[in-house]
Amino acid sequence: MLKGSVGLIALGSLLLSGTAFAQEKIKVGVTATLEGTYTVLGEDGMRGFQAALNVLGKKIGDKELEFVVASTDATPDSAVRAVRKLIEQDKVQILLSPLSGDEGIAVKNFAKTKPELTFINAASGAQETTYVDPAPNFFRYNMDGAQWQVGLGKYAYETKGYRKIATVGEDYSFIYTQVFGLVLEFCGAGGQVTNRQWVPLGTKDFASVIAALPDDVDAIYLGLGGADAVNFLNQYQQAGGKAHLMGGSIMIDQTILSSKGSAKNALVGTIAASGQADTWEDPGWQKFVKAYQDAFPPAKRFPSPSLLATNYYGSTMALILALRQVNGDLSNNQAKLKEALAKIEIDAPNGKIKLDSNRQAIGTNFVTEVVDDGKGALFSKVVKVIPNVNQTLGYDPAVFAKIGLPSRTVPECKKY
Amino acid sequence: MARFIERHPAWALIAIIAIAVVLWLVFAIWPPGLEAAIGRKRVFLNAVLNGITLGGLYFLVASGFTLIFGLMRNVNLAHGSLYLFGGYIGYAISTWTGSWILSFIVAFIVVALVGVILQLAVFRRMEGQDLRQTMVTIGLSIVFADLMLWVFGGDFYQIQTPAWLIGPIQLPLLTAIKSSGEPVYLQYPLVRLVIFAASVVIGVAMWLALNRTRIGMIVRAGVDDRDILAATGVRIQLVFVLVFALGAGLAGIAGVVGGTFQSLSPGEDTRFLLASLVVVIVGGMGSIPGAALGAVIIGLAEQLGSVYIPTYAIVVTFLIMVLVLALRPQGLLARR
Repeated sequence: MLKGSVGLIALGSLLLSGTAFAQEKIKVGVTATLEGTYTVLGEDGMRGFQAALNVLGKKIGDKELEFVVASTDATPDSAVRAVRKLIEQDKVQILLSPLSGDEGIAVKNFAKTKPELTFINAASGAQETTYVDPAPNFFRYNMDGAQWQVGLGKYAYETKGYRKIATVGEDYSFIYTQVFGLVLEFCGAGGQVTNRQWVPLGTKDFASVIAALPDDVDAIYLGLGGADAVNFLNQYQQAGGKAHLMGGSIMIDQTILSSKGSAKNALVGTIAASGQADTWEDPGWQKFVKAYQDAFPPAKRFPSPSLLATNYYGSTMALILALRQVNGDLSNNQAKLKEALAKIEIDAPNGKIKLDSNRQAIGTNFVTEVVDDGKGALFSKVVKVIPNVNQTLGYDPAVFAKIGLPSRTVPECKKY
Repeated sequence: MARFIERHPAWALIAIIAIAVVLWLVFAIWPPGLEAAIGRKRVFLNAVLNGITLGGLYFLVASGFTLIFGLMRNVNLAHGSLYLFGGYIGYAISTWTGSWILSFIVAFIVVALVGVILQLAVFRRMEGQDLRQTMVTIGLSIVFADLMLWVFGGDFYQIQTPAWLIGPIQLPLLTAIKSSGEPVYLQYPLVRLVIFAASVVIGVAMWLALNRTRIGMIVRAGVDDRDILAATGVRIQLVFVLVFALGAGLAGIAGVVGGTFQSLSPGEDTRFLLASLVVVIVGGMGSIPGAALGAVIIGLAEQLGSVYIPTYAIVVTFLIMVLVLALRPQGLLARR
């Protein structure tokens, strides 16, 4: 009895003190793919997010940011479920979501049903998300999959001398967008893409896919990520594959380059393009790499941040800086915050980023080549830096619109 | 065989022609017209071999499942969890000791022990109550899945293939003749062949044990009539425990195999439960040769499907199951 009443009093005082000292909080919901094929990507995204908080802090004037994290598995319905849960149960006011391409399209559409809230894309990169019927309250501070391939096609054709290539990719919007960017540039330069193979996300057994790879091409482009990429490389090694490889942005990335086993060594010398390069010497990038390395012990991170960590870092940075500009004012359906977000230019680790009229990032892209650092660790080395890449990839918007939306067969291999 | 030909001459003729066509497809050099129509021979041969080796993996999982069902009439829907658990154990052992072979042994023993506990603590208490057993095992599989997610997380694990198994070998199968007249032989991953050979050995050993040993005789007698067998003085509960342990241990071994040439993650448990259900439904519940036939059919359907009709590959497996259920509901090789 006595114990019980003491407990009650203690609980009561705790509650009272809670209200007495409570700062006003701004609740932000975060999603990442912490399940399924892209688990590794989601985990590293969260590391980038944590690194941003370490650098920038959680204070917005006299308010404090509070975060609620939800897990998804790269399917659109899991993302909408997570976002809905964050809004309805956890009452978050701002969303930092999602990670993967199909999720992005679904969350953008969902954002339209909650026009009063603000959605900041965490890392997803399908073109459709901000290009087709964009949501006014959805902001994307990373480039899309096609922007991330700028420079690769020309480099492959002109410097490497590849004339005919084939592609293997996961069958969903982000990889369609990546292949879109690659094919436009490679075929524009005069190359040929003879064959495009699509495999379901989460494929386990690649043996038959590997057997079906054509052998009369100069290189094979891999648009795979996470566990799929690791499975593919393992089985590729077992099958004794020796073709020249080219990689997409989540294929040539620390999530794969630091995977266990020797299968990844097939990637040494592979050319790729992405929104970052591991060995870039820019001081801003080096500072970010250091912040990332300092935030976690070596066993719990990659040697260098992945593209996902960089994207989560950039998105979190944009959110915190914009909130500080408006001093955490979320009144009037967050109008001031949205205005600030649309105008803000951030010095992201991977170059300056600003938004276009669709609230889509214009940023810097990198062509890279995989190198071994001599101790068995693989990194992507800068070959070329291309600033100011916009969503229409430098094409006239009217011409770009005629190409069509990225899909299994679009774009055709020709000069537009 | 001869009786089958006498009874169904038309079917026998079709079967012989089909076998001849397949043999020709495998051994002949394809004429250019055929290559233009259905792709290169290398792709076809690879898909066939992949299907058969994948069938080896399915057989390992499904044989334990069908063995347990055949003797005890109990549908163990936690069989997929045993598979995944075995895989995780194998991963832990192989990273800890660096020995691939040892991981098989430990996975077999540990998962077999789990099987013994399951039989003693759960199934013995509800013998003969099909519905209750089914519900309880579904419940257990959900609990196991969450426990494994808790311990191992949502990440993907891959068991390292030992160095001597990495890489391809050349098979004496011609895929093409180069314009210089030089023959091109098929290259195929060694590890898949070794794993397939191992599953054939296990399958044959199981068949011999069931058909040529005293224990096997007891098990077969138990399949036909448990009560009479018990009445003759055989300690049937002990036989049940042994069979359950063997079936579970096989699932554990299959987990290590699956973790080596594919990968382990949450969700694999239900995928392999579903695969083994389809395999035993096609092959016939309770029949070991049936499980082997079903496994090869499903493996081939998946791999050939993923090459020749990628969009509909997933449907093919279930179409086969529907066809078998419609035409021969007891399964292809079930006795009745």
